[in-house]
Amino acid sequence: MSVADRPITSPVRSEVDSYPEHHFLNHSKGFLSWALTLDHKRIGLMYLVGVMSSFALGGMFALMIRIHLWNFKDGWLSNQTYNQVFTLHGAIMVFLFIIPSIPAALGNFLLPVMLGTKDVAFPRLNLSSFYLWVTGLILFLTALSVTGLDTGWTFYTPYSIETQQGGAVLAATFGVFVLGFSSIFTGLNFIVTINTMRPPGMTWFRMPLFLWAIYATSIIQVLATPVLGITVLLLSAERLLGIGIFDPKLNGDPVTFQHFFWFYSHPAVYIMILPAMGIISELMSVHCHKGIFGYRMIAYSSIAIALFGFLVWGHHMFTSGMADVTTIVFSALTFTVSIPSAIKVFNWLGTMYQGTVSLNTPMLYALAFIFLFTIGGLTGLPLGALSTDMHFHDTYFVVAHFHYVMMGGTLVAFLGGVFHWWPKMTGRMFNDKLGIVSAIIVFVGFNLTFLPQFVLGSRGMPRRYATYLPEFQPLHQLSTIGSITLGSGLLLALIVLLMSLVNGKKAPRNPWGGATLEWMCSSPPPHDNFSSAPTVGDPYDFSNIEYDGRTGGYVKRT
Amino acid sequence: MSFFLADKVAPYAWFPEGASSFAPQVDFLFTVILWICVVFFVPIVIAMGYFMWVYRERPGYRGSPEALHNTAIEITWTVVPTIVVVWVFWEGAMGYLDMARIPKGTVDVNVTAKKWQWAFKYENGGEHEVIPVENSSVKELPLLVLPVDRDIKIIMRSDDVLHSFYIPAFRAKRDVVPGRYNYMWFHTTKEGLYDLFCTEYCGDNHSQMNAKVKVVSQEEYQKALEKAIQEPEDPLERGKLLYKRQGCSTCHNAGAEGASGPGPSYNGSWGKPVPLESGSEVAFDENYVRESILNPQAKARKGYGKASPMNSYAGKLKDDQIDALITFIKSLENANSATTK
Amino acid sequence: MTAIQENLAQVVDDHADHHHEHPSWLAHHFDDAEQQYDSGKLGMWLFLVTEVLFFSGMFCAYALYRNRNPEVFEFCSSFLNEKLGAINTGVLLFSSLTMAWAVRAAQLRQHQLLVGMLGATLGCAAIFLGVKAVEYSHKWELGLLPGKLYVAQLDGAHGPHKGYLEFICQVPAFVTALCAFYALYAFKTKSLFHQRVAGPMLVAGLCFFGGVGLGQYLEAQEEASKGHGGHVAGHEHHAMVDGHVDHGSHEHAAAPESVHAAETKTAAEIAASAATAMGGTPNVYVSPTELKTPNADVNQRSMAGLFFSIYYCMTGVHAIHIIGGMIVITWLIVKAAREEFHEQYFGPVDNVGLYWHLVDFIWIYLFPLLYLIT
Repeated sequence: MSVADRPITSPVRSEVDSYPEHHFLNHSKGFLSWALTLDHKRIGLMYLVGVMSSFALGGMFALMIRIHLWNFKDGWLSNQTYNQVFTLHGAIMVFLFIIPSIPAALGNFLLPVMLGTKDVAFPRLNLSSFYLWVTGLILFLTALSVTGLDTGWTFYTPYSIETQQGGAVLAATFGVFVLGFSSIFTGLNFIVTINTMRPPGMTWFRMPLFLWAIYATSIIQVLATPVLGITVLLLSAERLLGIGIFDPKLNGDPVTFQHFFWFYSHPAVYIMILPAMGIISELMSVHCHKGIFGYRMIAYSSIAIALFGFLVWGHHMFTSGMADVTTIVFSALTFTVSIPSAIKVFNWLGTMYQGTVSLNTPMLYALAFIFLFTIGGLTGLPLGALSTDMHFHDTYFVVAHFHYVMMGGTLVAFLGGVFHWWPKMTGRMFNDKLGIVSAIIVFVGFNLTFLPQFVLGSRGMPRRYATYLPEFQPLHQLSTIGSITLGSGLLLALIVLLMSLVNGKKAPRNPWGGATLEWMCSSPPPHDNFSSAPTVGDPYDFSNIEYDGRTGGYVKRT
Repeated sequence: MSFFLADKVAPYAWFPEGASSFAPQVDFLFTVILWICVVFFVPIVIAMGYFMWVYRERPGYRGSPEALHNTAIEITWTVVPTIVVVWVFWEGAMGYLDMARIPKGTVDVNVTAKKWQWAFKYENGGEHEVIPVENSSVKELPLLVLPVDRDIKIIMRSDDVLHSFYIPAFRAKRDVVPGRYNYMWFHTTKEGLYDLFCTEYCGDNHSQMNAKVKVVSQEEYQKALEKAIQEPEDPLERGKLLYKRQGCSTCHNAGAEGASGPGPSYNGSWGKPVPLESGSEVAFDENYVRESILNPQAKARKGYGKASPMNSYAGKLKDDQIDALITFIKSLENANSATTK
Repeated sequence: MTAIQENLAQVVDDHADHHHEHPSWLAHHFDDAEQQYDSGKLGMWLFLVTEVLFFSGMFCAYALYRNRNPEVFEFCSSFLNEKLGAINTGVLLFSSLTMAWAVRAAQLRQHQLLVGMLGATLGCAAIFLGVKAVEYSHKWELGLLPGKLYVAQLDGAHGPHKGYLEFICQVPAFVTALCAFYALYAFKTKSLFHQRVAGPMLVAGLCFFGGVGLGQYLEAQEEASKGHGGHVAGHEHHAMVDGHVDHGSHEHAAAPESVHAAETKTAAEIAASAATAMGGTPNVYVSPTELKTPNADVNQRSMAGLFFSIYYCMTGVHAIHIIGGMIVITWLIVKAAREEFHEQYFGPVDNVGLYWHLVDFIWIYLFPLLYLIT
């Protein structure tokens, strides 16, 4: 049932709640006013355009892969091209899209507004982060166009040292280095903002859970990303100078590279999922018009996941020949991270219980998240268990698992968040019916793409294969059909969003009935967000938020 | 898997048939985990669907926003999953320890991985043969023959980049890391022909770096071993094979003009006089080569007096093997790049 | 007024932004000086944490390889000049003092002292880099390069002078020349501001060459004391591999054949000792030239070369951080010359000071770990 159909429950003076004449989008005009902006909202929007474009690019590579894999041999790409395509798919998706997406695009926009403050702690650093991201993008595009990168997004040595790809490996590793600093500075900015710029009355446990999630994410960004930085720097030195640390021909150790790499890249996956979980907490409570179930447990579990996530990197290396004790300890620790995530899923379901559920586009994405992330998380169990992992490691089972958590998890939550905050950011409502259709198509297409891949993997199909045994073909073809469906659903979602900019209804301040501070300013917000610090209440107290039919939005009343 | 339509379903069952002693444990653990997943996932989805429907927003309905805590339930859904994962971890670790502890009395196979071909070497020094394959992007694959009902130990090394040795039917996998040896083992339980994949990305033809594993009876295995050690009839081919197998090529870079290594190269030397450390010269002929194989220090070449001494092959090579080597070395006189590596 | 009206009144009238006055040194989005100061400090501490983690990767690599091949680290450490390292350590410690003093001066509005202390810090950093330039160029002359570029060291003369020091000094010379011109300009225009900035910069440039001179002098002393052909042969290297100890059999004096034969290892053994601690495959190629050098088992690319890779990576990245710090301190000098700092606004000086102390702190670890092994 759309917002427009809801019954009027109380009359309100609506003329005060009209669409704002001046807001941050028209505050100043011209290219430079965007290129040199210090406004976190504009920076967030620029990031949004950037990451969504990167997603489209990475997604194009994904479709190329799936189309190539329609046939078990003689696909439309050569082996070498295929290797470059899957490498770029992974690298672009991980470094240019998923890691920055929620924190940089949505987080930048929402953090100061949710805190009722004017901007983040270091606005110029924020803009620098964005330009570092752009530099990383340019370096990746360079790698793409020079000769293409074919090392896999994980850059394992010694292959990444010796592969003759012209400047591509160096361009890509410098790109990763630069993107790492973009990520670090964003995290640093957020930690300081949340620590020093909370309004009076907003104690830690009165913060929206999205901010807890961003805070935990920022801790990981600050602690883990420098290790990635030094790793890719050393890899570049290997290629340029032959320093020998990772090169067995010079008495180096390739497994050391794996340790260094995964020490960052495992916490990185928590950078990817924690903000997504934060979004789901917001979506669940707002669209069920009910306080989040177990607020403190969700807050604590975010921090727990952030910390435990640093202890488990070895589970990417169970088959590399590490010592038995090391291997067993990593397996045990890996299971500890699963518990906080499970608790969150149960808490979200508890939020639905006896709530008032609005089945709109953001809510459907949130429900899809729960379904898909649960599958992703549960399929982590046979991967964390050692004897089964011996069979599953480096097969399509792993590919399916991480797509369920990263795409079924993070991307779906990102889309839900974009739809949820779209009215706030742009001042426009989108076509909810079509949005729901997009969510359903994405959900169906996603499962069709990746469920068969679990079976492929357990039957022995290895990863990163350009050709495969004929017996795997039917499942691969099913997966390809799914991927085209998925792509169509995502395209529809994009069309729905863009259409709203052209002919969407003007959005009220609070279309969904949220209680957090971002719903207290206009849609779109003014340049300075709030003229004076707003009064801080319980972020999940919906008891005095009521629907106003005249404006089509919600208002707070005493 | 299930007995309904077993052979129709088998290609899509979770696992290929198990052919090692690891398979039962791995398959069992996975099946249990699968059921655990079902037991958690199905109620979650049902609850979600039920709540979506029963609590949906509709005229006249107002939810109760007070249900925000339930300590008993929260403790339950923390403790129960914890117990479950502890059990899963334990089972996995026990199965892993079995895989990691290599028993004694194994049949050893040396595996060398290099881009993009597996090379297998049996205990008696024999090398693998190839098996033709159909309906594939390659024409033939290396064949590893193994005896059934035996413990097999794999000693692996890589000549270049990372690879990984994976036999799905055995539920066995280990990375092959350059610069060190990695070890794994398994116990074969069933005769048959199985797939072997390289499962660590290694470059262009990573997907073609496959092999076949044939598990056969003990007698058949012995026959395969003997066949593997056989040297070719042709003296030139035999000499070439021995040159590599006996490690001559490690020190004597044969075939490339002007090549140097720890030992002298002798391309283009046949029949000509070569200088010795003692100051005199000797003709590079059959006698000289034979003597140098059996007693390397007797007539050391000039410039190699202080080099690390070559070991003697007396007692290690039979006369006709030495003849074959001589034939091969003689052929290098005219070869430009007869690489024997 | 109803609650609704109150809340709606918070909807900003865009033109009513700047109700309260913000002093120029207080950023627009901060409420007060304390919030700005706290934010800056927390931000800098977080940045320092990232720097520590950045270096930790290299310290890890150091630990791994030293544990695996301790004899290599012993052998190579002899090529590092402890005197120069100690002088650099002292110089950096002193610069931390001047930096801390600068913070105090900023708090007390002692503008000239502030500029002077910042200049002194800058000068110390320049001396450090000058000494470093000598160390690096000297090693390059000897062929002590990272990884596969390493040249196995032979007894005897160094060979022709390759001019690496001159090469390194080109950029600092150019920068110092620019500073000199700037100083002349400042002198001519009699602008107090320009004089305050140009002075320290020129002094820093000259300090670099002071450091170079000091380094050259001490290196020459070291050479003289060790004598020709001292380094490699004179070094008492105890081979750990194979369990037997070399007793100076690498001296020039001709030893009987039998002694040589007993001490010389076979090519296979050398290659094997070059393999990993796991006793792995001899993937490592040792060239014949390397095999014939004294201390062949450590004096090769895969051994000593690895040490120098770690040495150059650690000290190189550290030097890059010194240069970064110098740039930021120069920016502080510009602001200090404008007398911008006072007791309510000294955060930038304080935070740059924190950064500088970290750079010093990291060197305090690098020095013993690299220079003082034996």
